[in-house]
Amino acid sequence: MIDKIFFNFTRLSALLILVIVAWIFVVLFNHSLEAMNTFGLDFITRDEWAPNLDKFGAYAAILGSIISTTLAMLLAVPIAVGVAIFLSEIAHDKIKGFFGVSVELLAAIPSVIYGMWGLFYFVPIIRDIFGGLGIGLLAAGIVLAIMILPFMAAVTRDAMNTTPDILKESAYALGGTQWDVIKDIIIPYAKAGIIGSLILALGRAIGETMAVTFVMGNVHHVPGSILDPTTSIPVTLANEFTEADSSLYFSSLFGLALTLLIMSFVVIAVAKFYFLRKARRAS
Amino acid sequence: MTAVQKRIVINKIALTLSTLSALIALAFLFWILGVLVMKGISALNWNIFIFEGAPPGYAESGLKHALVGQAILIGMATAIGVPLGILAGTYLSEYGKNSKLAHTIRDISDIMMSAPSIVIGAFVYAVVVIPMGHFSAWAGAIALGIIMIPVILRTTDDMLQLVPGELREAAFALGAPKYKVILSVVYRGAKAGILTGVLLGIARVGGETAPLLFTSFNDNFFTTDLNAAMPSLTVTIFNYATSPYEDWQQLGWAAAFILSMFILGLNILGRVILFAGKKGK
Repeated sequence: MIDKIFFNFTRLSALLILVIVAWIFVVLFNHSLEAMNTFGLDFITRDEWAPNLDKFGAYAAILGSIISTTLAMLLAVPIAVGVAIFLSEIAHDKIKGFFGVSVELLAAIPSVIYGMWGLFYFVPIIRDIFGGLGIGLLAAGIVLAIMILPFMAAVTRDAMNTTPDILKESAYALGGTQWDVIKDIIIPYAKAGIIGSLILALGRAIGETMAVTFVMGNVHHVPGSILDPTTSIPVTLANEFTEADSSLYFSSLFGLALTLLIMSFVVIAVAKFYFLRKARRAS
Repeated sequence: MTAVQKRIVINKIALTLSTLSALIALAFLFWILGVLVMKGISALNWNIFIFEGAPPGYAESGLKHALVGQAILIGMATAIGVPLGILAGTYLSEYGKNSKLAHTIRDISDIMMSAPSIVIGAFVYAVVVIPMGHFSAWAGAIALGIIMIPVILRTTDDMLQLVPGELREAAFALGAPKYKVILSVVYRGAKAGILTGVLLGIARVGGETAPLLFTSFNDNFFTTDLNAAMPSLTVTIFNYATSPYEDWQQLGWAAAFILSMFILGLNILGRVILFAGKKGK
């Protein structure tokens, strides 16, 4: 009797997560219907976001999301891979432990703090070097890169660590240098895992709000250069959600939220189900 | 240069580059931490814990409202997320095991763990804030609770699976019903792991800002009314840091420092518990 009740409680809780996810999609879809019906496909291809005219095109925000995360990935990937190689192959055990834990702890620091640091310390530097406002795509890309770096490095290191020692030792026995072992043994062996980790970090970066909201500028305009202030989907949501005054405005914001959810869902699913699963099967 | 020498030189270059990138990463991250600690500590004083928010330029202003609000929000989110997460994790590990349903739930919750938190905020806005007609602590806590569930679910699932099957069999052999086995044998065996999961879950939602922006919103004054907008440290940091007033920015740094210490502390505590638990075995 109690057994049954307990079982049902646990099962209901487990099913709840599926219900919530499905519910999120349904709610976002329903609320964005008005915008979809009004604008159709124009919603994602038009560059006009004019709340006063009740005209909403998400092109600038979507583009801003894509460019800022691409920029962040370009900057973060080489460094994160370098850090991962350092942590798994180069560092001595003592440094490895200390450095490894500090990387993981840094990944736990709230993103709002990275954003605040970016606004007060990094934006002025960009302003001094490149002129202009300092706020914009470049600042957003760099702050985002710094923010995802610890997470990216930690998961990439974990992927590299799955390489069996016996393989590495065999290569060393044949006279390979450390770099030979990294390039010809570890990277080919852990390839799926490394790619999966990088894409997973990308999935996080797309949806990251606070680190970029401070430094993006929230200007609905397709940027002419990476120094221009622009916007991205999360930045628009964070800045305008509480200001929306017409139902079409609201609906458009929900449309943005749905677009963002689908984008990150797809990226994360590819990372998890294609690459990381392949990596797990291989090891 | 012989082929061997060439390989040795390439090796040196590659390893130097890799070490260099580690140093670059470290430099940036310590720069951020350094700023946080210097700015944070210089902005700390007792007034922060005594006074609530005040207009800019006012000497008697502090963060009491945000600290209490944050504690209330996290407390409520924990009350929602922890039981649901643990129960769901229990289902996966003890009942669902390798069934298709259990795997689907694991996959979906893995995705949820990395999904954009601001979208959860939009969802809660639609299902809680709109029907209620105003922002509320409830809405904020529900948003954080939803974010917490997958974190707790996954760690619970993993930690329960680490409990050896023989322990369960021994308890069954004594005639214990399944719920009793789970409650008094499996949970006890995985105690340290579950606790770590809970601490990491709290740390994870403690730093969330985006889902609170339009659920619990913010308030510059002390309140314990769960049906009204509730101040939080994270949204206060955002508002104060983006304000043009020097003294508000100072308070923002103090809030950022307190929040980071809290979250790092939870993370370290979680690791220590897990480590001690492993050592004890």
